[in-house]
Amino acid sequence: MSAVLPASAALEDTQQKSEGVWHAAWRRFKADRVGLVSLCIVLAFLLMIILSVTGLIGSKWQDEVGVPNAPPTFIGPKPAAETGAIQSPQGPNVDLSDVDPLAPRYAEWDEKAKQFATTETVKLETLPLGGDRLGRDVLAKTIKGTEISVFVGVAAALVATFIGTLLGAYGGFFGGKIGDFLEWLYNVFESIPYILLIFAFAAVLGRGVESVVIILALTGWTGMYRQVRAEFIKHSNREYVRSAEAIGASNFSRMFRHILPNVSHVILVRTSLLTVGFIKVEVILSYLGLGVRVDQVSWGTMLAEAQSELILGHWWQLATATLFMAVFVTAFSLMADALRDALDPKLRGLE
Amino acid sequence: MAAYLIRRLWQIIPTLAGVVLLVFFLFKYFGGDPAEVLGGLNASPEQIESIREQLGLNEPVWVQLWIFVKQIVTFDWGKSWATNESVSNLFATRLPATLTVMLPILILDVVLALPIAMWVAYRRGSLTDRSIMVVTTVALSISFLVYVIIGQYVFGFQLGWFPVQGWSDSLWTNLVTYAPLPVLLAVVVGLAPQTRLYRSFFLDELGQDYVRTARAKGLTERTVLFKHVLRNALIPILTNIGLQLPTIFVGSFLIEVFFSIPGLGREVLLAVNRSDFPVIQAVTIYLAVLTMLINLLTDIAYKIADPRVVFK
Repeated sequence: MSAVLPASAALEDTQQKSEGVWHAAWRRFKADRVGLVSLCIVLAFLLMIILSVTGLIGSKWQDEVGVPNAPPTFIGPKPAAETGAIQSPQGPNVDLSDVDPLAPRYAEWDEKAKQFATTETVKLETLPLGGDRLGRDVLAKTIKGTEISVFVGVAAALVATFIGTLLGAYGGFFGGKIGDFLEWLYNVFESIPYILLIFAFAAVLGRGVESVVIILALTGWTGMYRQVRAEFIKHSNREYVRSAEAIGASNFSRMFRHILPNVSHVILVRTSLLTVGFIKVEVILSYLGLGVRVDQVSWGTMLAEAQSELILGHWWQLATATLFMAVFVTAFSLMADALRDALDPKLRGLE
Repeated sequence: MAAYLIRRLWQIIPTLAGVVLLVFFLFKYFGGDPAEVLGGLNASPEQIESIREQLGLNEPVWVQLWIFVKQIVTFDWGKSWATNESVSNLFATRLPATLTVMLPILILDVVLALPIAMWVAYRRGSLTDRSIMVVTTVALSISFLVYVIIGQYVFGFQLGWFPVQGWSDSLWTNLVTYAPLPVLLAVVVGLAPQTRLYRSFFLDELGQDYVRTARAKGLTERTVLFKHVLRNALIPILTNIGLQLPTIFVGSFLIEVFFSIPGLGREVLLAVNRSDFPVIQAVTIYLAVLTMLINLLTDIAYKIADPRVVFK
């Protein structure tokens, strides 16, 4: 069909519709089935997390709504013999009022007790996905745990990206003394084995969500720094940057208004890879007791509880936490891969 | 060669100084007051003051830094705050257990992952390749913890093939009784990422011109793969092994915690939980030194693997 069009018209057409990098990337991303499905799964998780943050679901995860270790509904309640509960005695109590020294006061105490409202709580025999040792709903717990684990991963990745990008931009753009200093800093952080670096920071910064985010960000920025620095070195001598310099753009403007948008796709890919890595590390830290506080829940603390439950045959907490984590992390990694292929086909195969 | 070595060793010094400064200031300004950690909750202000005096905490910062450097150079870290065991003794007694578990893991990982990766790369695009890639992606997304929890439950508790956990004083008993389950689990878990990584190295080489040339002149596939491709892929492989080597000394702390192996990793974790700063500081600094030396050795190994590498 294009053969019948005049050549000049076709040329004009392509010039007008020159595709931006993000537009082209979205076109490539849309063609990737696996990437699209993963994106949908990640969005579904995000929706769940938003609902959890606003308190619509999962906010009552600390309530002990079921019997201890309540099995999932699809399995059905435990047989009474297995719960180990002592049968309450039947028939009237033996009358001990002639020997019981407290007997005259029972009526008085009953009167007083009536002044307070008491409610009978009925502990559920089964819960949708089972209950934990205290009878808390595993589903609500997992939703809350997902919120915290994903928040830690994303927040730490964003902070690490910020640190890495800033240092990488300065190191790559200016070089010289600043560059040498930053390279030295990078070498120092790289020469300490990653897990030891995390332990050293964890030893001094303590527990809690904020601490974990800071620990992960302060120890995980090096890869981002390295890549951004390489990109900035490559770009700082390109013509568009030199022309910006010629018309009097300041260093800051050239770094963050001209070069940064041109390397942002590399940063985005690296950030998504960092997120997956950080989520996994948070799980391990929380499992070891170096992560979130005891009044918070994350996938890691759930796995720590699940270990002793498994020996008793209560596998549901382990299964639920693992399932949520596996689905989210797989979807997120595949999405990151698809994103990388779509944004920068040259990076394909980089693990 | 000698000149190269000397220059490389010389370059280690600023990095090492950086590590020392980082650890020193991290613990000095963020780590809380050591005197309060040591004195405990019931210490009187006078006791705290005397501990501060003993540790030199009342001296100016540069004097404290000098004390710290002296500790590093003389290997004299004093005693662990928590157990009063001397730190050097602690290293010497915990390291053998760590190595008993970690060395077999490292060796098995390399020995198993290399052939699998080569096979998968060779059959690139085939069903085997794609299914292995899918399996490794899914396998990677499940936390290491889950594998160990389930592995310990199934093989140790349900089937009873291995003891659930434990350790003895005899190296042989440890190797044949207690180490197999942790080693097995760690190798199985480590295999997926290693295979993926080595596969990408082999793929890079398989696309090169020299492979086509070798095939064109009629060499057997075996010769092409093992004499040409393997040798060329050795540099990234060596780098990767070099990167893993330092970690075998601190051990897989998770494995050690799960299986109650009295190794260095578990000790470091205990130290973190007890705010036992001398132990953490010592481990961090010596492991950093070790890492730098291993990196240097890796670079020298390049030369042996690939004569084209020139030391600059």
